[in-house]
Amino acid sequence: MLLPRLLRVGAFMVKELSRGGCTSISRTGCTRQHWRPFIELQSVPRVFQGSIFQKYPHFSTTAENDASHGSNKQKDMINVTFVDKDGEEKNIKVPVGMSMLEAAHENDIELEGACEGSLACSTCHVIVMDMDYYNKLEDPTDEENDMLDLAFGLTETSRLGCQIVASPELDGIRLAIPAATRNFAVDGYVPKPH
Amino acid sequence: MYKARAWLSRSFTALSSNPLRVCVVGSGPAGFYTAEKTLKAHQEAQVDIIDRLPTPFGLVRSGVAPDHPETKASSPKKLQQIVINQFSRVVQHERCSFFGNVTLGSSVSLSELRQLYHVVVLAYGAESDRALGIPGEDLIGVHSAREFVWWYNGHPDGKNLSPDLKSTDTAVILGQGNVALDVARILLRPTEELATTDIASYAWTALEGSSIRKVYLVGRRGPVQAACTAKELREILGIKNLYVHIREDDLIKSPTDEEEMKNSRIQRRVYELLSKAAASASSQPMLGQRELHFVFFRKPDSFLESNERSGHVSGVHFEKTALKGGGPGKQYAVGTGEFEDLDCGMVLKSIGYKSVPVNGLPFDNHKGIVPNIRGRVLKNISGDSSQVENGLYVCGWLKRGPTGIIATNLYCAEETVGSISEDLEQGVLASSSGLPKPGREGLLQLLDNRNVRPVPFSAWEKIDSEEKRLGSLRNKPKEKLTTYEDLLKVAT
Repeated sequence: MLLPRLLRVGAFMVKELSRGGCTSISRTGCTRQHWRPFIELQSVPRVFQGSIFQKYPHFSTTAENDASHGSNKQKDMINVTFVDKDGEEKNIKVPVGMSMLEAAHENDIELEGACEGSLACSTCHVIVMDMDYYNKLEDPTDEENDMLDLAFGLTETSRLGCQIVASPELDGIRLAIPAATRNFAVDGYVPKPH
Repeated sequence: MYKARAWLSRSFTALSSNPLRVCVVGSGPAGFYTAEKTLKAHQEAQVDIIDRLPTPFGLVRSGVAPDHPETKASSPKKLQQIVINQFSRVVQHERCSFFGNVTLGSSVSLSELRQLYHVVVLAYGAESDRALGIPGEDLIGVHSAREFVWWYNGHPDGKNLSPDLKSTDTAVILGQGNVALDVARILLRPTEELATTDIASYAWTALEGSSIRKVYLVGRRGPVQAACTAKELREILGIKNLYVHIREDDLIKSPTDEEEMKNSRIQRRVYELLSKAAASASSQPMLGQRELHFVFFRKPDSFLESNERSGHVSGVHFEKTALKGGGPGKQYAVGTGEFEDLDCGMVLKSIGYKSVPVNGLPFDNHKGIVPNIRGRVLKNISGDSSQVENGLYVCGWLKRGPTGIIATNLYCAEETVGSISEDLEQGVLASSSGLPKPGREGLLQLLDNRNVRPVPFSAWEKIDSEEKRLGSLRNKPKEKLTTYEDLLKVAT
């Protein structure tokens, strides 16, 4: 039951990603050399973790672990699965009210967040893997859509991780991190240097 | 030079440990992300960032339009602050230093830098402009948008532009990207809304006295191909009391346009904003209303010289265009042989930035970039990947051309630093253990010998607090110091 659905979503993602790649390249005349490095690049140590951790000192990992044992606090946590670019899954518990970007960083999941969740970049782009969950989310604001416009590998169920906030009805949500949140090939527009 | 060499040999023995000496040229996003990722990836690396200006942060300081809201979460102004804070944390790292007022090419040559450091990463961006190459481009009143942006942002090389805003009521902007929208917005926004921003004071005064009421944004292709993003477009369409004009005919889409929009949601959203603006616009401007005209399917053929004021621009001679060829995403504009003039007293060309090479640097003049493979500088533009300039790398606009947003440089730096790491692992690069290099001490000695006074980060902090102090007197977030003289005076 679960497996076919996953495969379907997976195939959809692959299709979307490859299509996104081709259009972008043709639109921009961007050379292919920008594309090859994605996988190798991901293994380079992330740099922003430090700064993001500092920003959210109030969410401590230990508190989180303790919470999963207490039945009262249990209600305030939801289950979230991140699927990374290699297809590896990581199940985490996320306190209600925390954004998926914060949750990812709390749990050492590789998701950038260059603007620290201020809706000014698209580096925390995630794909909601199940349409039912996608539909439970509030519609993206214009500001979020503006940033999603610039995200690589955009799909019908793409969102910014910083804008998905844990709430009880999202328990069980699965989020895929696109093979590349790389922005190289979205340069079909004249840049704005900010 | 002799002295420097003597110092070099002395320093070999004086160093107790031999860090990997890295020099990053340019302190904009590409430079800072490179520094950050290098520090993280190489615990033994010592990173020096140099910049020709006394101030750091490149276009983060001088490229972000001042009129974006300061506090709103998604505002570029907010992002500017976040990024400046991040970059400031990087430079305060014990293994990192910033030296402003050091110019590659005149203060220190590229070959000297390569002797001083194991790794040199060039990230100095694109400080010139693409040219149209049409008659009249040198007429007074024809400027590049980059110059205009530098002017209102208080870049020390921008102050002298002094554009004449009083002799005309019409400005033509060539290009429809986000930079074009920025400069149009600055020209059209009520000046009281600019008064409390960090816009350069002389620019505000000039805009306050501006007689420009009409701005034309002209593109070679149609609204489906407009190069701006939805965010910036919405911002300009939201200017108070602005008459927006878009010709209904221009909004007609071809089947290829439809296909293009289906494939690209950014184009779809930009087109939708434009057609919505066209539909809701009134048929005539009201008295005193400022006007913004989107003009599509026109390419500039020549600039017209004024009869009354010799040497000054008085208009643009356009050829009408139609889209041809290629299929979705590949349509280009070709002239139809029909011409049309637009009268104006000022032209801002917003058709792209261009990088400038330095002595000893391989450069692809056609692409306007340094030939490279994943950040490794190649000896020539033939694309032969075996011919690598050892220890020399590029990042940012100099590496991939002047496109993208701040975060693009994050991935760009990741790639370049990845290449450096590979080269170190494979022993391609003369590493610190093999051959010690004088690095920072050597550079400072050399600069001292030449009477070049580098501006360290602590001095920039003095500039920053002085700008904030001056700003607070005028209810502005900061009052930028806009001459080298003032900047250096406060820095010392």
